[in-house]
Amino acid sequence: MELIQQLVNGISLGSIYALIALGYTMVYGIVKLINFAHGDVFMVGSFVGFYSITVLDLSFIPALLISMIVCAIFGVLIERIAYKPLRNATRIAALITAIGVSLLIENGLIYIRGAQPEAYPNDVLPMDKLDILGVSISSQSILILSVSIILMIILQFVVHKTKIGKAMRAVSFDSEAATLMGINVNNTISATFAIGSALAGAAGVIFGIYYIKIEPLMGVLPGLKAFVAAVLGGIGIIPGAMVGGLLLGVIEALVSAAGYSLWRDGVAFIVLILILIFLPQGLFGKNKREKV
Amino acid sequence: MKKKKKLAGVFLSLSLVAGALAGCNSDSKTSSSSGGSSTSGDTIKIGANLELSGGTASFGQSAADGLKLAIEEINKEGIDGKKLEIIKVDNKSDAAEATSGSIKLVSQDKVVAVVGSATSTNTLAQVQVAQDNKVPLLTPTATNPDITNKAGKLNDYVFRTCFIDPFQGTVAANFASDDIGAKTAAIYVDSASDYSKGLAAAFKEAFTANGGKIVAEEAYVTKDTDFRATLTRIKSAKPEFVFLPGYYEEVGLILKQAREDGIDLPFMGGDGWDSPKVVEIAGAEALKNTFITNHYSPEDEDAKIQDFVAAYKKKYNKTPDAFAALGYDTGYYLADAIKRSGDASPEKIRQALEDVKDLQLVSGTLNLDENHDPIKSATILEYVDGKQTFKTKINP
Repeated sequence: MELIQQLVNGISLGSIYALIALGYTMVYGIVKLINFAHGDVFMVGSFVGFYSITVLDLSFIPALLISMIVCAIFGVLIERIAYKPLRNATRIAALITAIGVSLLIENGLIYIRGAQPEAYPNDVLPMDKLDILGVSISSQSILILSVSIILMIILQFVVHKTKIGKAMRAVSFDSEAATLMGINVNNTISATFAIGSALAGAAGVIFGIYYIKIEPLMGVLPGLKAFVAAVLGGIGIIPGAMVGGLLLGVIEALVSAAGYSLWRDGVAFIVLILILIFLPQGLFGKNKREKV
Repeated sequence: MKKKKKLAGVFLSLSLVAGALAGCNSDSKTSSSSGGSSTSGDTIKIGANLELSGGTASFGQSAADGLKLAIEEINKEGIDGKKLEIIKVDNKSDAAEATSGSIKLVSQDKVVAVVGSATSTNTLAQVQVAQDNKVPLLTPTATNPDITNKAGKLNDYVFRTCFIDPFQGTVAANFASDDIGAKTAAIYVDSASDYSKGLAAAFKEAFTANGGKIVAEEAYVTKDTDFRATLTRIKSAKPEFVFLPGYYEEVGLILKQAREDGIDLPFMGGDGWDSPKVVEIAGAEALKNTFITNHYSPEDEDAKIQDFVAAYKKKYNKTPDAFAALGYDTGYYLADAIKRSGDASPEKIRQALEDVKDLQLVSGTLNLDENHDPIKSATILEYVDGKQTFKTKINP
C-alpha cells in the first residue's frame, strides 16, 4: 500500500515537472536554445494566478486561463526582445542571455514586490480525501493530474493536427528549408514560445494550489528539475518531456520513500549526469550522428 | 505629588551634571555622571541595549515595553529607597552597533548591569564586553546556548530570562508522554537548522527516557516544498505522535500535506511555529490537533499573568507577546538581584543573579542550572480554529 501511495505522490509531482519540461523541450527543438528563463516564467505564472484569485476574486479555471495568456505574451516578449537579435549569434551567447533574463525576472520581481512569500488561499479547489484500498488521494491531486493530462493532449493535438503545429515541426526539422517553403519562421518561433510559456504558467498555478507557498525564487529548482526531465526523455522530443517529468517525479518519491529524503535533489542531478554519460540522446531520442 | 518628585529628580541630575562639568571635562553629553559610583544619589542605573529599529525591531520594542512597565512598577516602591533608571541604547538590529552600544553603557554611563538584546546574534556581540568589564549582561529572549556557555566554558557574567532552545524539546517529550499518552513518536527535523536539530535531540533523549520509542526519524531542508513522500513513510511507521521542530513556512506546508495524506496524528513543535504565516499556509483545519511550546500565553488563567496582561494592555493598548513578557520578567529578575546584592555593585549583582532561587515571574518560576540557563515551566499552546489557545503548563 505504501508503494502505491508513493507512486501517487510521485506522479502528482511529476506532472508539474512534465508541464514545465514541455516548454523547455519545445523551445530547444525549434531554436536549439536551453531557455533558462523558463523556470521564471513558471514563477510569474504562479504569481499571476495568485493575484487573479485573491485580487480579482476568480475561481480556478479563469485564473488558470489568465495565467496562461499572460505567460504566453510574456514568453513571446522575452523571445522578441532578448533572443531574436541573437538568433544568428553563437549558441553560448544565447545561453548566457537566457541566464541573464532569468536573473532579471527573479530580481525584478523582488524589486517590485519584495522577497516575502505568499500563500495561495486554501479554498480554491474543494478538498476531499478519497480512500481507495488504504491509499488516500486528495481530490486536488486528481484534478491537478487531470488538468495536466488534458493540457498535454491538447498540445499533442496542436503539434500534430494543426497548421501551426506542422509549421513548428517543419522549422524544427530544417528552418532554412521551411523558409524556402514559405513558412514564416519568426511567427512560428513566437508561437512555440507562447505555447511553452502558457504551459509553464499553468504549471505555476497548479504548483501554487498544490504547494500553497510561492515566492520570487520558487522557479529555480523546479526549472532545473524540469530541465533534467527534458534531457531524461530526450530534449526536443515532446512525448519524452512528459515521460521524463513523470519518471523524475516518481524517482524522487521513491528516493524519499527509501528513507533518503535529503538525497532527493542530489539524485535528480545524478540522473542528469548518468543520462548524459550513457544515453545522451535521452530515452526517446534517436542516435543522430553530428554533421561535422 | 509625582510631578514634584520628577522635578526634584531633574533638578538633582542637573546639579550632578553641573558638578561633573565643574570637576572635569565630561566628553559626552549622554553621561550624566562621570566617574565615581554609579549608584550615587537615589538612582541605580541599568543599561538596555535593544533592537529599537532595524529588521528585528518588533522583538526589541516588545521587550523594551515590557521592561519599562516592570521598572515603573518597581520604582513605585523603589529598592532600599533607590530608584532604577534605564538608559536605552538602540543597536539598530546590528551586531556591531550592539557591541559599541554595550561599551558606551559600561564605560560612559557606568551602569551596574546591561539588559542584552532580544536576538541571539546581537546578544552574542555583547558577551565579550560584559566579560571584560565584569558587568552582568542579562538578555530577556536570546535562546542560543552559546551565549552563556560556549564550548564548555561558562560566561560567568552572562545570564538570561528565557529557557534555551533544546529545553523546548524536553518539554514537548514530557507533554507527549504524559498528556497525550504516546508510546511511539516520529521526529521530522529541518536538517539545515541548528535550532531544529537541537530541539529534536532533546526530544529524543527525554522521550526515550520516559520509556517511549522513536519509530521514525526523517529530515527535510529549509525551502523544500514537497514533503508527501517522507510523510507517507512516517505514516507507515505508525507513530502516535509527530515532533516537528521547524520554522513556520515549512511547518505550514508539512501540516497541510500531512492532513491531505490522511495523517491525523497530533503534531507538535516549538516557538519556531509562532507566526500568523503558519495559519495562512496550512489553514485552520490542518492545524487541528497541533501543539507548540512557548514561553508564556496571555490566556493563561494564572493571576500573575492576568495582572501583567491587564497592566500592559492599559499602558500600551495591545496584548503582550512573549517578548514583552520576558522583557517584563527581566526587569523583575534584575531588581530582585539588585535588592539581594546589598550594595548594588556589578560583582554582587552577578552573584545575586546566579543565586536566584524560585523567583516567581510571569513566565514561570525561575531557577538556574550550572550553565546560567533558566529551568522553568514552559507553556503548551494548542491551535483551535487557527488560534493559539492555552493548553497547559509543563514544569521541568
